[in-house]
Amino acid sequence: MPTATATATATLLDFSDVQMTFPDGTVALSGIDLTVKRGEFVTVVGPSGCGKSTLLRIASGLETASHGSVELATDRIGYVFQDATLLPWRSVQSNVELLAELHGTPKADRLAKAKEAIDLVGLTGFEKHLPRALSGGMRMRTSLARSLTLDPEIFLFDEPFGALDEITRERLNDELLRLFAEKQFAGLFITHSVSEAVYLSTKVIVMSGRPGKIVDTFEVPFAMPRDPEIRFTGEFAGLVGKVSHALREGHH
Amino acid sequence: MADSPELVTRRRRGRPRVSTWAPPIALLALIVGIAYVANALLGKRAFLLPRPDQVFAVYVSPKNGPAIFESLLHTTEVALVGLAIAIALGVLWAIAMNTAKWVERTTLPYAIILQSIPILAVVPLIGFWFGYDFVARVIVCVLIALFPMTSNTLFGLQSVDRSHKELFRLQGASRWTVLTKLELPTALPAIFAGARISAGLSVVGAIVGDFFFQRGTPGIGALISKFGARLQSPELFASILVASLFGVVVYLFFQWLGRRAVGKWYDFG
Repeated sequence: MPTATATATATLLDFSDVQMTFPDGTVALSGIDLTVKRGEFVTVVGPSGCGKSTLLRIASGLETASHGSVELATDRIGYVFQDATLLPWRSVQSNVELLAELHGTPKADRLAKAKEAIDLVGLTGFEKHLPRALSGGMRMRTSLARSLTLDPEIFLFDEPFGALDEITRERLNDELLRLFAEKQFAGLFITHSVSEAVYLSTKVIVMSGRPGKIVDTFEVPFAMPRDPEIRFTGEFAGLVGKVSHALREGHH
Repeated sequence: MADSPELVTRRRRGRPRVSTWAPPIALLALIVGIAYVANALLGKRAFLLPRPDQVFAVYVSPKNGPAIFESLLHTTEVALVGLAIAIALGVLWAIAMNTAKWVERTTLPYAIILQSIPILAVVPLIGFWFGYDFVARVIVCVLIALFPMTSNTLFGLQSVDRSHKELFRLQGASRWTVLTKLELPTALPAIFAGARISAGLSVVGAIVGDFFFQRGTPGIGALISKFGARLQSPELFASILVASLFGVVVYLFFQWLGRRAVGKWYDFG
């Protein structure tokens, strides 16, 4: 498979004036300009139904924009769905191997990649478990590990932790930051949690609903890797406040 | 990693408890008791309901015992061949309908018609066309057992999650890969549920076939109609009982098979 490897700060994903109109006439997205560069972790927050998931579906090629241009400079994409989307008849090991298997990677390579990914998300020892025997957080880790086997240059996350309890969500946020620091991928993350957005990202984009438009963009100044304690500082709270205000204004 | 993994304990099917098997056994004992009492009360007409020991004696009698078990064997043969064909046809038909929308649009109405026609009305025609032998008996089984296989498999194939499909699509998986690695595994519980129903129906089909097509080596159904016509009531009861037990065994076998195949990840009822 040909792989376009981008240079250090290259733009991996570039949306320019993207519009999405569904066959029933609903305008889901309008005038979206957005870039994600290597080393950036961009989070999109917005009200439910504002088309943020559509944004990801267009980026991954699951949908085609009705107007505007979308350029993706790599074909190594990790896509993490809202739910873990594990195959219930496959063990953790075999679920993690799935994507490599679909690409026809030889067995030995697959095993090695899966082992590394399972280790990275801290699931070593659970390889033989079936998804039904795992907690929601562990399923999501398995899902992350599965995407990691592709060694993605850009990760697309569609509200992956939305269904998890607060404590599990915070832990997975920390894990994700660690993976981001270690693997140096680019991230485009969708969430409706403002504090999650600010904590994870280098840049937060606020969208308004119907049609989905970008109403504001905030650079997050905190250095990576981030100390979890940063969430309890005044600076952090201030930025969360600003983003929340922008979100609220966009909503009216 | 600080996460303390909380494992969800899996529900295990333990040994059946006394409270599970005792009540049906007690009911069986009661029915046997009632049969004795009724037999005594019937007096001259006691042939209508033979005593359970008379029925049991048929199985060990040198004349009818072997005949019953031999014809059960023939019925089994017909039912299993019919079932195998019904399963193969049903799964392939469902795959074809799931793969090509036009196949579904064209043939699904006929699957439903197949389900609604009174099969007994068609049986004479089957003899007329295919002879009154093994083949005709198998065809009756297939006609009766096919629909649940097709509809269950189709339902199973169509119940694949959208996100699972997208997961495969994002990797550029071929139609064949999606079928073998995603759709068929997802459909397995439904396929086994269909096979369990079809197996029972196939036994019905084989016995119906025996009633109508008595050339060659007909099975237990032929014996049942013979004993019924001759008013040999212990033999009649013995044959009916064996045929019923056979149906139960076939059902339980497919239940077991389904649990073996998918029970690890699916609560197969």
